[in-house]
Amino acid sequence: MRVVEPVIELVRGLGTTFKMMLEKPVTVQYPEHKKPVKPRFRGRHVLKRYDNGLEKCIGCALCAAACPADAIFVESAENTDEVRFSPGDRYASTYEINMLRCIFCGFCEDACPTEAVVLEDNYELSFSVRQDAIYPKEMLIEPAPAGSLTSPQKVQPGLFTRSVPQMKDPQD
Amino acid sequence: MNLALIIEWIIKGFVLTMILLLGFAYLTLYERRALARIQARIGPNRAGPFGILQPIADAVKLIFKEELTPAMADKLLFLLAPVLTVVPAVVITATVPWGVKPFTLFGRIITPYIADINVGVLYIMAVASIAVYGIVLAGWSSNNKYAMMGGLRSTAQMVSYELTLGLSFVSAILLANSTRMIDIVEAQKAGWFVLLQPIGTGIFLIATLAEVNRAPFDMPEAEQELTAGYHTEYSGMKFALLFMAEYTKMIAISAIGATLFFGGYREFWFLSNTVFSVDKTPWLGPFYIFLKIVILLFGMIWVRATYPRIRYDRLMAFGWKLLLPLSLGLVFITALGIILKDQVDPNLVWIIPALSILVGLFAVGMLDRVLRRKDNARR
Repeated sequence: MRVVEPVIELVRGLGTTFKMMLEKPVTVQYPEHKKPVKPRFRGRHVLKRYDNGLEKCIGCALCAAACPADAIFVESAENTDEVRFSPGDRYASTYEINMLRCIFCGFCEDACPTEAVVLEDNYELSFSVRQDAIYPKEMLIEPAPAGSLTSPQKVQPGLFTRSVPQMKDPQD
Repeated sequence: MNLALIIEWIIKGFVLTMILLLGFAYLTLYERRALARIQARIGPNRAGPFGILQPIADAVKLIFKEELTPAMADKLLFLLAPVLTVVPAVVITATVPWGVKPFTLFGRIITPYIADINVGVLYIMAVASIAVYGIVLAGWSSNNKYAMMGGLRSTAQMVSYELTLGLSFVSAILLANSTRMIDIVEAQKAGWFVLLQPIGTGIFLIATLAEVNRAPFDMPEAEQELTAGYHTEYSGMKFALLFMAEYTKMIAISAIGATLFFGGYREFWFLSNTVFSVDKTPWLGPFYIFLKIVILLFGMIWVRATYPRIRYDRLMAFGWKLLLPLSLGLVFITALGIILKDQVDPNLVWIIPALSILVGLFAVGMLDRVLRRKDNARR
């Protein structure tokens, strides 16, 4: 049957492709259906807040120091109890990330002492002007939790003296 | 010859051309969708429901693209080549019958075919060979060596496979004892010629792929080697014309194949003697041939999705050393079978498929042996 063999092989090839037709397409209809990202996905940065509405970021610029792409720019200013953005002495008055430079390595997340900057799920970053690639603090910071004040707040003196919160079991 | 007849012809020709051009547009969508499904994708489905407006979007895009003419190109031929390619592709279907029973429209008896000439198959052969000129001129006038090579390859390939194609037509002509397309279809009332001449049909299908430059014989357009072959330098509407010619040729050649070997406008065998037979409901004829064309086109797309491209020298060797002798042999077998049927016993007609399959297997075996020997020599 060696004569029939090449013909059978050709037909088997056709069969393979035909079987593929019966399979479900792997395409995801993107803008309508979005696949959930993996738990450790590193998307756009978010600046976190405490439950009382104060910002976690204390403007230490460790993220900027850790950034291998030099994408982060932080400028800090003094907190007062009258105008308090974050616990402790200082807060980030300017916090900008250049999304054209960012490589989404997550080093800023690792460097942050207060876990203020977190790379979350949003991967839909697009802009048509280069200037728009620089995301200012207003775009990065998450809204205040429901039922609490946003920053800056007027607080009682002597309440928020620690910039870095006390962690029970600082593992990460 | 009166004026009404001329007007009738013009209208029928216009309708057929429109069907072909619309068919071309939707064939591109059909191919993209079918290929996508084979590759576990969905394919274009954004423009309109199921992507049915996609061809229109493509056409609009192509029309508004910049027309570019290379600096040292032969302007006249550069302009003429797409036209020379597209016209034969459109006129080739003129002799394909879409039915046989004339119908009455506005008090005129109208036949469902454009031209019922008694040399229908020869007409097809003649027109098919004109298409080569457009391609070689497109390649030559572009003043681009890759386009030139693509054009030359295409010409060599089309000329070579045309012989095989012609010889596979001969089997159908012999079996029907006529070159008139309607006679050929009517001769398949008892059984399609694909049953009587399966290897001949196979050769026709293979030669068809080479004739319309489809994968796996799409050497003239081998992107990796020749950028795009003869239409490298074409853009805008001129490119659209070449593209249109290619796909219209696919439809035309499928229509011809359906007519010659798959019973044309006649019903499928399991529907004969029912109410769905063409003899009882003649308006089903165009529907049947349309269905057959769609199936044959799917075959072309399927083959494209399956097989890799053949090397060019292998392609020519395959055409000249295997297909041509084989189709000559098949013509001989067909003639022998017809003589035996007429002179000795009508049942002896089945000697044609039997001997054909034997010869076909022999040819495949020889090819396999040669390739194995080459493979061993290389090791």
